[in-house]
Amino acid sequence: MLSSVQNPRLFFVRCRFQFHLPSKSRHFHGSVAVRTSETVMEPQTHASSTTPPSSEILTIRKSLLSHQKKAVDIAEEYLNRLRQTEPQIQSFLHVSENALRDAQAIDQKIERNEELGPLAGVLVGVKDNICTVDMPSTGGSRILEDYRPAFDATAVKKLRECGAIIVGKTNLDEFGMGSTTESSGFQVTANPWDVSRVPGGSSGGSAAAVSARQCVVSLGSDTGGSVRQPASFCGVVGMKPTYGRVSRFGLMAYASSLDVIGCFGSSVVDTAILLHAISGHDILDATSSKRVVPDFSSQLTSMELFESKPLRGLRVGVIRETLGDGVDMGVISSIKAAASHLEELGSTVIEVSLPSFSLGLPAYYILASSESSSNLSRYDGVRYGNQVASDELNSLYGDSRANGFGPEVKMRILMGTYALSAGYYDAYYKRAQQVRTLVQKSFKTALDENDILISPAAPSVAYKIGEKKNDPLAMYAGDIMTVNVNLAGLPALVLPCGFVEGGVAGLPVGLQMIGAAFDEEKLLKVGHIFEQTLQGCRFLPPLVADSLS
Amino acid sequence: MASVLFRGIQTRPFLLYPSALLSRKNGVLFCTTKCSQSQTATQENQQTQMKVSPRTHTKKVEKILHDYEAIIGIETHVQLDTLTKAFCSCAYLYGSQPNTNVCPICMGLPGTLPVLNSKVIEFAVKVGLALNCNLSMNSKFDRKQYFYPDLPKGYQISQFDIPIATGGFIELDLPTEYGGGHRKFGITRVHMEEDAGKLLHSGNGSYSQVDLNRAGVPLLEIVSEPDIRSGLEAAEYAAEIQRLVRYLGVSNGNMQEGSLRCDVNVSVRPIGQLEYGTKVEIKNMNSFSAMNRAIDFEISRQVDLYSKGEDNQIIQETRLWEEGAQRTVTMRKKEGLADYRYFPEPDLPEVVLSEEYVDNIRASLLELPEVKRRRYERMGLSMQDVLFLTNDMNVADFFDATIERGAEVKMAANWIMSDIAAYLNNEKLSINEIKLTPQELAELISSIKGGTISGKIGKEILFELISNGGTVKALIEEKDLVQIVDPAEIEKMVDKVLIENPKQLQQYRGGKTKLQGFFAGQVMKLSKGKANPGLLNKILLEKLNAKG
Ligand SMILES: [Zn+2]
Repeated sequence: MLSSVQNPRLFFVRCRFQFHLPSKSRHFHGSVAVRTSETVMEPQTHASSTTPPSSEILTIRKSLLSHQKKAVDIAEEYLNRLRQTEPQIQSFLHVSENALRDAQAIDQKIERNEELGPLAGVLVGVKDNICTVDMPSTGGSRILEDYRPAFDATAVKKLRECGAIIVGKTNLDEFGMGSTTESSGFQVTANPWDVSRVPGGSSGGSAAAVSARQCVVSLGSDTGGSVRQPASFCGVVGMKPTYGRVSRFGLMAYASSLDVIGCFGSSVVDTAILLHAISGHDILDATSSKRVVPDFSSQLTSMELFESKPLRGLRVGVIRETLGDGVDMGVISSIKAAASHLEELGSTVIEVSLPSFSLGLPAYYILASSESSSNLSRYDGVRYGNQVASDELNSLYGDSRANGFGPEVKMRILMGTYALSAGYYDAYYKRAQQVRTLVQKSFKTALDENDILISPAAPSVAYKIGEKKNDPLAMYAGDIMTVNVNLAGLPALVLPCGFVEGGVAGLPVGLQMIGAAFDEEKLLKVGHIFEQTLQGCRFLPPLVADSLS
Repeated sequence: MASVLFRGIQTRPFLLYPSALLSRKNGVLFCTTKCSQSQTATQENQQTQMKVSPRTHTKKVEKILHDYEAIIGIETHVQLDTLTKAFCSCAYLYGSQPNTNVCPICMGLPGTLPVLNSKVIEFAVKVGLALNCNLSMNSKFDRKQYFYPDLPKGYQISQFDIPIATGGFIELDLPTEYGGGHRKFGITRVHMEEDAGKLLHSGNGSYSQVDLNRAGVPLLEIVSEPDIRSGLEAAEYAAEIQRLVRYLGVSNGNMQEGSLRCDVNVSVRPIGQLEYGTKVEIKNMNSFSAMNRAIDFEISRQVDLYSKGEDNQIIQETRLWEEGAQRTVTMRKKEGLADYRYFPEPDLPEVVLSEEYVDNIRASLLELPEVKRRRYERMGLSMQDVLFLTNDMNVADFFDATIERGAEVKMAANWIMSDIAAYLNNEKLSINEIKLTPQELAELISSIKGGTISGKIGKEILFELISNGGTVKALIEEKDLVQIVDPAEIEKMVDKVLIENPKQLQQYRGGKTKLQGFFAGQVMKLSKGKANPGLLNKILLEKLNAKG
């Protein structure tokens, strides 16, 4: 049967088909779901409980407001888990010394009956390419070792204003360049589902930290999939907002026209609350949008209120090009099952074709490398960061950069410098921009006809550490699912939808939902319904499952 | 020298060795003095101690240019007087302590982004319109990439293939003392960009420090067509640009402070030859007269090589003007084209102008120097007067206000150009800083013209008005300065003087007619200077020559 592909989603869908067909107007109830999965998924640890993920943020808020728990206790709970798991996971480059003090301040506020921000007492991990004034911010690069910014990134500033506790700085591929977090200048982060595997990248630290419940939610950045692919690998929810939705001020630029700050959470609701906190126009970022930010989480109702067909009328397009050659069978099965689930929820699912899809990858690598070659020019050792002293200016530049940058960064700077050179500009950069326009147009057409598009978040599940380290092309090919979305500047939500065999308890598969520009609200709503109705899967890695259950 | 201070990050004075300094693409300005005087190129010439007088110097060039033609194009960088820098909210104050006008953005710290100051666009549109250019309704910023310690981001935000303004021209009049003439030079383009910081070189040249105060200050680069033919024309072109940006209020145009910087491209070719000669770039001229001399020197140098048949010695290079030695010297040779790897600046949206925006700016433009010169010419003023009055917009405004209040044109011009100008020059003041108003100057002029006071008394009143203010009427009344024009009253005084000086009268009548002056002086003294000089002399002569 399906023993080779341990995909509980498939089991469930098959079962439920028979189960549900007779009663179309039936409401979903937790009790029914539990019964369903129990019959199917008993042996799986990750399926041992089928309660859909609930919001950690709302739970914390409730306990604080009802005086059930102190912010200090909550912080200690996470910090303890962080300390226990960190030797294996290594998702943090720096852990704040102030987390408990910040939690105490929240408790004092509660004692004084002061109003609490929406993220009061919530421990947030921040990717280390996002500037924080009280912690080092290295971008994962030796060239910025111990660099301390003079300011908080706008997203961080907003989090603090909401009462969030910044728990630490998470590991990443140097300056966001990589898909495994192995290109960090400091350490390799492991996947909490199987510590011999990569967490994905470049926001691998942020994804692993949420997955291992080292923090409640976290910030990442997504230039070509750096939030979505690690979310998929680590079995957490990852949101890449529309370009311009979140200020980039304070995000160390990799490719300015593609970079966005994104969110990780263990549930869609948490991701939505986090996104709402950091979104909005910023006078310090001329590319940030002035659009009104909806309250993303207010629409996310509890499961009891769902109708039997809560997604009735939703048009879903499955991107045909994402389910072909080079995509693991297990991933394809999971996505097809997810499509069936969406259909079950009332939506119409059709297959759509994006003919320019395969052109996106080379275009992305040309544009991203070109912009990075320029953005990384400031790391010259003159004003800040590691300097290699020299008697002569050119060797000061050369030695400081040779010593400070890792091989992946050097390769991309070289590629980008080449692509922008006189005589090559038209053949590379300009053509890539033309492809970008094509990609934007084909997404526009597809999203005029469909409310959302779906695809895998990555062609495979998490692979072994070191597996693709010496094969950059294979690693780059892994970005095929995500880069087009950055080229088009669209929002996309990745949420766990199933498992593929691997590790001790299976390896999570992520479903990517792509929406029209500034339509995050719809993605989160659909994602929430999908997540809350998905049965038989519990995306809590075995590493921490025992301590939490 | 002040040490380099960086806020919020590691402080590390940065060392640079001299060998590295020559790889710079922009000229290094050696500024020492501060000068707020506005001068035309040639007025400046006259005040500058030169080894060759301007006229002989020009003659020499004229002779050379009989057989050869010089082709000159100028790139002018104008620093814009916006309250804040181009892409951050730092103010820029020339002469501040190093690294005190800086913030994370203009220091290029990781994670910072540029946000365009809209005043930069407004000023660029003003200049584009004033230079008769076509405006690009959709333009953008690009990154020009190169490494240098004064360039914090490793790229300069500039405009590459779509500058905000293109295809204009500028008109000017050459000074009359150089033979005069009207000129029209093409403007290729005007684009917006940011300035770089500055390197401060240590006394012994063993290291340099970086001052980022100037980094991110908005600049306009104005590129001329290669229409200019001599050092004089080039200096006058630069002076007209300075005048224009001052009229528009977009820059102080001060060359000594580096607010106006010119890089000049010079080539020569035998008359009749179609293709251009090899062009040489000259930098480091911090006055108009230096430009004039540097270019003429360079023309002579190149023509010399041509006439010796050594024109292959003219190579594409950047030469520095050495003020002390009055010559240009090789700074660096250009090996192929520098590749700046321009690409569109992704951090800034496109610059989109609306018709309405441009129309509003066009409507707000005041009368520009060229239009003013033509108007003054039509008023009957000589070109010398026209050039003087239009050189400084404040002087022109004062002049206009004076004649608006009824003063006679030529007299108003003369008063402003002689006594008032001399005073301003001595006291180092601008015309706005004195207490004299156009209203009172007009009053003064009509009082003299109407005969109420003499010209001599007029001068006294003028200096009173300049330093203490007040009105002409009140001063005349207060000091009882009304001219005596009653012949009977003057006759009485003449009689009195003749009676009191019988000895001199006898000498006069004996043939010593020079003594007329003595008598005139005595009468004037008696009238306390108020006697009308014409009447006085007429009556005095009659009395002296009357056979008594
Ligand atoms: Zn600044």
